[in-house]
Amino acid sequence: MKRHVTLWSLIVLAVVMLAPFLVVALNALKSPSEYATDGPLSFPDGVYLQGLIDFWARVGFGQKLLNSVVISGSVAVLAVVISVLNAYALGIGRVRGRTWILVAFLIANTLPQEALAYPLYFLANETGLYDTRLGVIIIFTIIQAAFGTYLLSSTYVGFPHELLEAAYLDGANKWQTLVRVVVPISRPTLGVLFVFFFIWTWNEFFLPLILLISNDTQTVPVALGVLQGQRMMDATMTSASALLGSSRRSPSS
Amino acid sequence: MTRSRGSYLLFLIPGALLLIAVILVPFAMNIGISFTQWSGAGDPKWTGLDNYRRLFADDVFWASFRHNVGLVVAMAIVPTVAGLVIAAALFDFVAKRFGARAASVLRACVYLPQVLPIAVAGIVWSWLLAPEGAVNEVLSAVGLGSLAQNWLGDPDVALWSVMGVMVWIQVGYPVVIFMAGMQRADPSLHEAAELDGASWWGRFWHVTVPQLRPELFVVLLTCTIAALKVFGPIYVLTRGGPGGSTNVPSYYSFQNFFEKTQVGYGAAIATVLTVLILVLTTVFLRVQKRGERP
Repeated sequence: MKRHVTLWSLIVLAVVMLAPFLVVALNALKSPSEYATDGPLSFPDGVYLQGLIDFWARVGFGQKLLNSVVISGSVAVLAVVISVLNAYALGIGRVRGRTWILVAFLIANTLPQEALAYPLYFLANETGLYDTRLGVIIIFTIIQAAFGTYLLSSTYVGFPHELLEAAYLDGANKWQTLVRVVVPISRPTLGVLFVFFFIWTWNEFFLPLILLISNDTQTVPVALGVLQGQRMMDATMTSASALLGSSRRSPSS
Repeated sequence: MTRSRGSYLLFLIPGALLLIAVILVPFAMNIGISFTQWSGAGDPKWTGLDNYRRLFADDVFWASFRHNVGLVVAMAIVPTVAGLVIAAALFDFVAKRFGARAASVLRACVYLPQVLPIAVAGIVWSWLLAPEGAVNEVLSAVGLGSLAQNWLGDPDVALWSVMGVMVWIQVGYPVVIFMAGMQRADPSLHEAAELDGASWWGRFWHVTVPQLRPELFVVLLTCTIAALKVFGPIYVLTRGGPGGSTNVPSYYSFQNFFEKTQVGYGAAIATVLTVLILVLTTVFLRVQKRGERP
């Protein structure tokens, strides 16, 4: 009896977690007139895709998708590279003052972006990087790499010593050791970091909202958020936008 | 490893330059700006501590912090407690009786809102919570029509609605972390407690929870920081309204930067928020270290 209660409450929980998406998907497939007569909870009579098509065209969704892919992909690659370089120096090289350098990176990752927003906006304007994808890529590369540096450094502290010694004895310099020994061995961790960086950058909202204002540079979340704020969409188009926004998430899913 | 350590510094150069250009210099600039009156154009005018004095007398600022406390409850405390219970139920009960697959499917359902862009979650919920939206429809369908509200448009209700949405968004994160932690835990302790006749609840409270201590710290710290920084959900759901009833410090600083063009004042708000977050992080890490010592 008690077990049934537990199971049922978990199923109810799952339904509560998923219901919003189901309701949205249901309504994305309705025509506006159908929505007006039957309300948000009825099943659609047929599959009406015009809402999705209209939304796609109206906001230039293809461009936003491309922007998100370019920005998140570049950041993920660059941030993994920077994380590895930093962690190699801090975790394996044990450079002097590494604790303080690590603290600096940790703080960089903890700072609220509000405390960087206006200077970044100002500096981006000064350097011609305002409203460019490159500007956002540079900024998120270091924000994500700050986390990657922290995580990788602690795993590199325990890196097998013998392997490094062997590489040195074979005449490898530091760069060759990094590329041929350290990176291949830590490939699984780097893969996880890549996926995290991609998703986190994809989902970023605050700084892209400030730095990407034109239609040609905006990412998917910014475009959706701005549209939402303008309250210019009808109900079925809102559903369509939410459905499209959630249809593309991460390279892992 | 016997070679000079100095040359490893070369590998640090790209990261260090980026850190300085994108984080350290802008952060220092923000602190500098916070001592000025500046509209964003022309030269900033040095005003010393004026912005901070104004801040402490500003009701809107204090109200935004009170709203933030509500969001800490909704984003850190409630999800942590609920996450513990859900993770334990999935781990002890569903995984054992219905298989690991069933548990991971349920876990995925709970985690789903965490992987979505916040803009999507915001759009979904502002639509569901609209006066003619699905939530009110469901209420009237089950005969509770009198409870129907303008969930995001009523100043007395809006913050509670936002809190509810945040619980929905956040709860998956502790569940996933805690379930991973439970896998790490030593099963023999559980078996010993069971032989001693401890109830499920007793084992949960005296065995599982103490073992999850590191995870509890991490989850509480990261969720509290996330709650203090919260911007996206507020922007998409309510834009701080109605009547400032869901305003939070991060949104308030954004408003000062880009809507009111009081850049100095916005910078002061951001600085205070940063100090608060850094102090909180330090305290948390200290307490955690003390807790680790036997």
